[in-house]
Amino acid sequence: MKPYNIYICGVGGQGIIKTSIVIGEAAMKSDMGVVMSEVHGMAQRGGVVSTELKIGDSKSPIIEKSNANLLIAFEPMEALRAISKASKDTYVVVNTSPIMPFNITESEVPYPQIPDILDELKSKVKGVFALDAEKAAKDAGHILSLNMVMLGGATAVSGFPIDKEAVLKSMRANLPQKSIPINMKAYEKGFEFVSSN
Amino acid sequence: MNITKVLTGKEGEKLFLLGNEAAVRGTVEAGVSVASTYPGTPSSEIGDVLSKLAKDAGMYFEFSTNEKVALEVSAAAASSGLRSFTFMKHVGLNVAADSFMSVVYEGVNGGMIILSADDPSIFSSQNEQDNRHYSRIAGIPTVEPSNPQEIKDMMKYGYELSEEFQIPVLMRTTTRVSHMRGVVELETPNTDKKTGYFKKDPKRFVPVPANAREMHRILVEKMEKIEDVASNSPFNRIFNKGSKIGVITSGSAFNYAIDVIEKNELPVNILKIGFSYPFPEKLVYDFIKDLNNVVVIEEVDPIMEKDVLAVIGKYGLKTKVHGKLDETLPMIFEYTPDIVLDGMRKVIDFNLKEKQSYEPDIPLPVRPPTLCPGCPHRAAYYTVKKAVEELDLDAIYPNDIGCYTLGIESPYEMADYLLAMGSSVGTSCGFSKSTDQSIVSFIGDSTFFHAGIPPLINAVHNKDKFVLVILDNRTTAMTGGQPHPGLPVDGMGETAPEISIEKIVKAVGVEFLEVINPVSVDISKEIFKKALQFDGVAVVISKYPCMLTKKAASNQLLMNVDPEKCDKCLNCVKDLTCPAIYVAEDGSVDIDSMFCKGCSVCMQICPKKAIGAKRLS
Repeated sequence: MKPYNIYICGVGGQGIIKTSIVIGEAAMKSDMGVVMSEVHGMAQRGGVVSTELKIGDSKSPIIEKSNANLLIAFEPMEALRAISKASKDTYVVVNTSPIMPFNITESEVPYPQIPDILDELKSKVKGVFALDAEKAAKDAGHILSLNMVMLGGATAVSGFPIDKEAVLKSMRANLPQKSIPINMKAYEKGFEFVSSN
Repeated sequence: MNITKVLTGKEGEKLFLLGNEAAVRGTVEAGVSVASTYPGTPSSEIGDVLSKLAKDAGMYFEFSTNEKVALEVSAAAASSGLRSFTFMKHVGLNVAADSFMSVVYEGVNGGMIILSADDPSIFSSQNEQDNRHYSRIAGIPTVEPSNPQEIKDMMKYGYELSEEFQIPVLMRTTTRVSHMRGVVELETPNTDKKTGYFKKDPKRFVPVPANAREMHRILVEKMEKIEDVASNSPFNRIFNKGSKIGVITSGSAFNYAIDVIEKNELPVNILKIGFSYPFPEKLVYDFIKDLNNVVVIEEVDPIMEKDVLAVIGKYGLKTKVHGKLDETLPMIFEYTPDIVLDGMRKVIDFNLKEKQSYEPDIPLPVRPPTLCPGCPHRAAYYTVKKAVEELDLDAIYPNDIGCYTLGIESPYEMADYLLAMGSSVGTSCGFSKSTDQSIVSFIGDSTFFHAGIPPLINAVHNKDKFVLVILDNRTTAMTGGQPHPGLPVDGMGETAPEISIEKIVKAVGVEFLEVINPVSVDISKEIFKKALQFDGVAVVISKYPCMLTKKAASNQLLMNVDPEKCDKCLNCVKDLTCPAIYVAEDGSVDIDSMFCKGCSVCMQICPKKAIGAKRLS
């Protein structure tokens, strides 16, 4: 199978690695090849976090420039920072709630306007699904379910190679039992949003 | 996946494992009895998983005080006939190097693997040294896995090799292999547990000069034999397409090379080197002898490339070698598929079906890592800085390795000099003898145990003058919160004697010693002022738990800003830079209740008393 490449980015603490593992295990259980790269360490102290997943026949987990099929951005500005992985064939699922860098008051470069970020994304890629995942997560019952909102959105994107049922099964196997009802709700909110847009 | 699967997974089962988790499965399948480490990225998760599973696996595991001790623990186990495993980040092997050299001379009875996790591109380290040089300094057989499955498989292979030749084996991983996740197919665990017995043999185990000379002779003989094994190893594989162009590659670089070659359907033979030292000369000779060109693709230094050149020189071959030395590929930093693609295009002319690539049009602010909200280091830095300002001193800040190195960032700017683990104290001795400036150095609790004690003895004995702040946050925070000797728990979760930093400092003979609670700003500041005026070595232990530990998370306060009282001086925003405090769009200062940990430092430093606390129910 030609690799389906997913680049996931955001800020330390948003549950990016856990989300990536859910996708990776779902791919494995669906008898697809899968490799993933994650970075631990100092970046997790509020810095940029990203993972790369290749589903299909690939030895290297690093996505070549402009070769991501899907970009899942847990933070709007980080979507733009990852744009070199995207092309006119890429779909983007992006959370529109920003997280300000801690030093933004001192920064010479301001945080960009959200509509400007979305406009630039739309001008460059095949499709952009922009949702307020923070609000959706809170509505589902807990802010920490934000990653499952994003996962739900991602699974609904056209061309996503793994069945929804396999993803949900992997989610249940990887999250704490008592958090499942809220995370299921969060997942469905994301899935609904992308399916209906 | 529940992490216990790494232990309980059955033969034939497939797991989606991190490279570091696969290493633990390797210990299970190889029947390792003793494992030891000092935590360091990118190897830390091996220890995290072992600390959860070792007991059930019937294995002994410890977080040792430092890498040298860790290596010595495993060396003794292997000399007693047990299989042992010690693992560390690349620079950790520098700390362990003294004993590392000797254990290779002496050899082992039970198998021993030493894993060095290198960090090309320096994600979380002070350098990107290539530890394959250690293979050559020590004369140790070396394997280089490319993915989690190979990590596990090479562990089993490595133990057999180690026992056959009675020599330790070095496994060199890199960040991208240790932190790569992939499908790993399991084999049967080895549950035969042995009891070690040390059979005395001083000629073998005590390297006094007469013995060491003999040991070196035996080592050279062993390595000559092992070269044959490397040349025939299943981990050195040829993918032959009958081409006149070849690629020799190892580790992560193999993954990039094969993907680029297959995606672009390049007619190229590949030699994947997994057993890389002793360099499989015969195999390499056979591979390159009929080639016109060979590209060597490796991270970080041109080590195999020079070995290939040596083979060409020795046999008078005409094959042209490409790699780092002729600038086909970059000399430093990790590779990517794109870098390898660029390199291959310099050697073979082929068309690309590349898509237009983008860079962001809008300029983006950087997002540097920072100390967490409620981090006690922030309070300590703020207070020391104020104390120095109020005394109007010209101070320099030797710093050390841990989360607190983030004190380098504005507005603290309190990391002026750093070499390696423990260097804050040793370099303070040197600064004390070299300048009249005030010196305040910072070291964490785990780092103090690791390498801070000998230089503190040095400081007192040599009558140095500086302030040493021991930032005791009750954990090894940067690498994910492992225990250390100052805690009442060991690496397997058992209760353990707690070694008191305070008593060590006193025993060394330090005459000025204070223990502070860093989130009490005014009291701490007065103590720092006294320390700065002390004529000698002054130690201040700043004791408060890391906010990421459960103990700290139970704080029940939440801070808030009274907009009536706040005059927007931004003292809290600019001098404290807590990620929870922000300026809203209307210019007012506010505190994000999601991030605030209730440490109350902002409340104490607000000149208008505009920040209050409420107790969470």
